This record gives sequence, structure tokens and C-alpha cells, in this order.
Amino acid sequence: MKPLRTLAWVEMKLFLREPLALVFAFAFPFFMLFVLLGVFGNEREVTDPEEAAIWRNVGPADYYVSTYVGLVMSAAGVITLPLRLAGYREAGVLRRYRAAGVPLGVVLGSQVAVAMGMAMVAAAGIVVVSTALYDSVLPENWPLVLAGVAIGLATFACIGIFLGAVLPTARAVQGAGLAIFFVMMMVSGSGPPDGALTSQMRSFAATLPLTHVNHLVQDAWLGHGWALGHALVALAFAALTALLALRWFRWE
Amino acid sequence: MGIPTSANAADTVVAVSDLTRVYGHRRAADGVSFAVGRGEIYGIIGPNGSGKTTSIECVQGLRVPTSGTIRVLGLDPATQRGALRHRIGSQLQESALPDRLRVWEALDLFATLSPKSRDWRGLARDWGLWESRSTAFADLSGGQRQRLFVALALVNEPEVVSLDEMTTGLDPSARHAAWELVGEVRDRGATVVLVTHFMDEAEALCDRIAVFRDGRVLAIDTPAGLVQRFAGESTVQFTHEGDVPWLSACEGVSAVHRSGTHFAVRGEGPLLAHVAAALVAHGIAPLDLSVERPTLEQAYLRISEMEDRTP
Repeated sequence: MKPLRTLAWVEMKLFLREPLALVFAFAFPFFMLFVLLGVFGNEREVTDPEEAAIWRNVGPADYYVSTYVGLVMSAAGVITLPLRLAGYREAGVLRRYRAAGVPLGVVLGSQVAVAMGMAMVAAAGIVVVSTALYDSVLPENWPLVLAGVAIGLATFACIGIFLGAVLPTARAVQGAGLAIFFVMMMVSGSGPPDGALTSQMRSFAATLPLTHVNHLVQDAWLGHGWALGHALVALAFAALTALLALRWFRWE
Repeated sequence: MGIPTSANAADTVVAVSDLTRVYGHRRAADGVSFAVGRGEIYGIIGPNGSGKTTSIECVQGLRVPTSGTIRVLGLDPATQRGALRHRIGSQLQESALPDRLRVWEALDLFATLSPKSRDWRGLARDWGLWESRSTAFADLSGGQRQRLFVALALVNEPEVVSLDEMTTGLDPSARHAAWELVGEVRDRGATVVLVTHFMDEAEALCDRIAVFRDGRVLAIDTPAGLVQRFAGESTVQFTHEGDVPWLSACEGVSAVHRSGTHFAVRGEGPLLAHVAAALVAHGIAPLDLSVERPTLEQAYLRISEMEDRTP
């Protein structure tokens, strides 16, 4: 465990020295939170039943707070993690680690720990800000929310390693990762609410992992219980991408 | 050409036998065999693309041979890297560290990765990195990066360390300082495999040298042995007013050239000793008696020429 702890500590310091990573981990989600909740507020007494259904009968801030936890996890998974892995491979850092005999698990584990750890710090900040400024609700069922978040972290960690394994360069990650991130943000519940999407959009969204993580965490957060189907789909994403990552991972 | 490939079998720490590594249609290493004895500084020289780095990367476990066998400290580096990783050190021809990683953080990190690492502070001082210990990797000069990579290869007190183009990018004084430090590494008990294209470096440091060309090993010997076998004749020069007809019959002498009072005597073996003895025996003691010995570079070029002529 000591090599993992040491490398994770070094990688965390490096993460905090990386402006782009900090922007995506911290600045961007908060900016989106302020914009969306500035527009929608947290009005819970909506007379139009259709509009109330779109917001799942809670205020917009209540609706978004959980999906923003999902959003920061997805940013860590499709941008931060693969950007670091592909960039390290491209520059020869992975090759240097390998020559020093650093086990693959330590390299990947340290990157996952830093990317997902920073995502959790950002998520906690979002919950605090959203609760303080917009009076959003705290989780109805903490254990289920934490379980959902754990599945979300595992899912996006595996997706991040997969993207870092198959995308050859940091430039490729910037292209593909950002495209995946913004598409998920728009249709997976972190932008327009799920209920406001057309059926075609919802069908497309069902193919994206953030949709299932958002449903899973949001259901638990709002007291709708455990969304087993969404949990299974998220875990399937995790298993599939983990297998493919192991198959295609290259040190150089 | 008669290639002696083996160190004393009991003391062999690196054994490469019939190593072949194929990339597509190109055979980067083609039947490479050599053996490195414990405590040796073993040089690998050859032109770019001759298979030096491919072979050494197979020894380091970074590449898997297409065929052939490799044993480092009795272990297969391709399948037993876990058991080897704390016992070997590697400085790579091409690698990098994270741009914002500082020198001391890199040394500390690599020291932590091994259970028997030496104090990285001493290593940083030895390799001239102490003053720049807080500098980020991206801000280091080429020479500083090179020294850092060598220091990282040594921080785990390896039993076998491979250094690939160790002094590329270093200024002359830093190169000579690096040579001394590599000598000290060996004195501490490590075996060193040194890949280089600097002939003076190979000649100054190595106990034995393998000459690579087109993925194959053309010759293995001590630097002096390679020079003696392949570099041709020495030339003894001196100035004398009279004639010296008896010098042609002297042992080892093949030709005597005279230009005015200047004599150039060509021959093999301990030519200077024989010529000097003959001169003194005839009452001649020239003040400017000197010898020009063939160099490893000449031997290397000769080996390459012989290979070019091979059908």
C-alpha cells in the first residue's frame, strides 16, 4: 500500500498544479450550478402539474444537486483520468514508471484515487453551496446515496481507464472526452431535466452512463429508493470498460 | 569472427541467448547473445538502429523477445518483473517525468517505491542535482534531466543497472564526472550495462564491449582486445640524425618510414617497448620518442568495414 499512497500523494500535488484539471474539476461545475440555479431557482410550489412532473415534484435546485454530483464524477471519468493517462503515455512517463517497476495497479490506482478524490471534494462543495444558497434538499437516504455514488465512482473510474487506454494522445482525449462530457451533460439530466427531453432524446440518453448514475443517485437522494435497473446498467458499463481497458492498455 | 559471449558462468548476472525481436518485417535484434559477469561494466556500442536499445529493453523487461532467452540474476525479465523490480535499475534512452514534478519529489518517490533504497539526498549531491532539487522537471536542462534519470536508476541500490546513452546531452566536464560516478557504482558492487555511441566513454569505462550492427553482435572483447584484434598497427615516432637500418628487423616492426630526420615505425604488439629497447641498445635516446596507438574508434570502424565486405 505504501507505493500506492506515495504515488497518489505526489499525483494529487501534481493535479493541484494543473490549471486545466482544476478548471474542469472545480470551476466548471460550480459555474454551471450558478447559471442553472440562477435561472431556475428552487421554486417548489409549481401549479402546472406537467411542469412539476418535469422537476420530479421538487424544486430545480433539489433536482440538480444530485445530478451535479454525477456531473463531477463524469468529468473526472471522461476528462481528468484519461487526459492524465494518455498524456503520461504520450510523454513517456508511463514508460519511466514501468522501468522503475511500478505495478500497473499502483499507477492506475493513484490516478483513480486522485481524479475521483478531487471529484468528491468538488461534489461536497456543490452540495454545500447549493444547500446554502438555494436551499436544496439533503439526501433522504444517505446510505443509498453513498452506495449510488460509489457505483458512479467505480463506473467512471473504469470508463476513464478505458478511454485512457484506447485514446492514444492527450489531444485525442481532449477531443473525444470533451465531446462525450458535453453530450452527457446535455441529455443525462445534468442540463435539461430528463422529463423535458423528447422520447428520442431519452432513448439516446439511455445509452449513456451518466444517465443511469444520475437516476441512481437522484432516486436515493429524493427518497424514491434504490433504482436497481440503473445500478445494474452502470455496473455493466464498469465491467465492460474495465475488461476492454485491461485488454487494450499500453504502457507506451 | 569468433565471438566470446560468456562471462564466468557462475558469476553471470545477465545472460542473453539468441535473442530475436521482430517488428513487422524488421528484425531489430537478430540472434543476439552475450553474457555479463558480476561487477562488470559491460559496454554495448553500435550505430543507430543496430539493436542496442531493443536488446537492452528486453533485458530491462520493457519488451518481450520474439524468440531467445534472457536471464537477469537468474530470472526472466519478461515474466518475473515483480521479483526483479527492486534488484535492477534502468535509465532509458527516451522517457519523461510529469512536467510539474520537482527533482526532490521524483527522487523521493522512486526511493519510496523500493524497500532498500539509499538516501536520495546523497544521490542528488553526487549527481549535481542538489541545487536544482526544487526545480520542476519541465524547467530542467537536457543535462540535468539526464543526470536525474541516472540518479533515479540508482536510487534503489540495484544489483544490475542499465544505462542507455547515459551522457548524451552532458557537457564534457559533466561526462567525466558521470564516468567517475559509474565507476563508484561498480565499486559499490553493482553490475553496469552501458549502451553508448561514445567510443571514448566505452574505452574509459568498460571492462568488455559488445559491438552491435544490424541487430547482430559482431564482436565481444575487452577494449584493448578489440583494438588489438581489429584496429591495426601502432606507430612509433622519433627524430634522429643518422640511419637506423637494424630497426626493420626489430620484433613487431612491419615498416620503417624516414622523412629527413623524422622516423615513423609501424608495427604490432608492444611496439614502443621493442623500438625503445633497440634504440637504447644502439646508444640512441631520442627526446621526442612517442607512440600513436590505434583507438577503439578505429577498431569499431574496422569491424564495421569488415561487415560491409561480408557477402
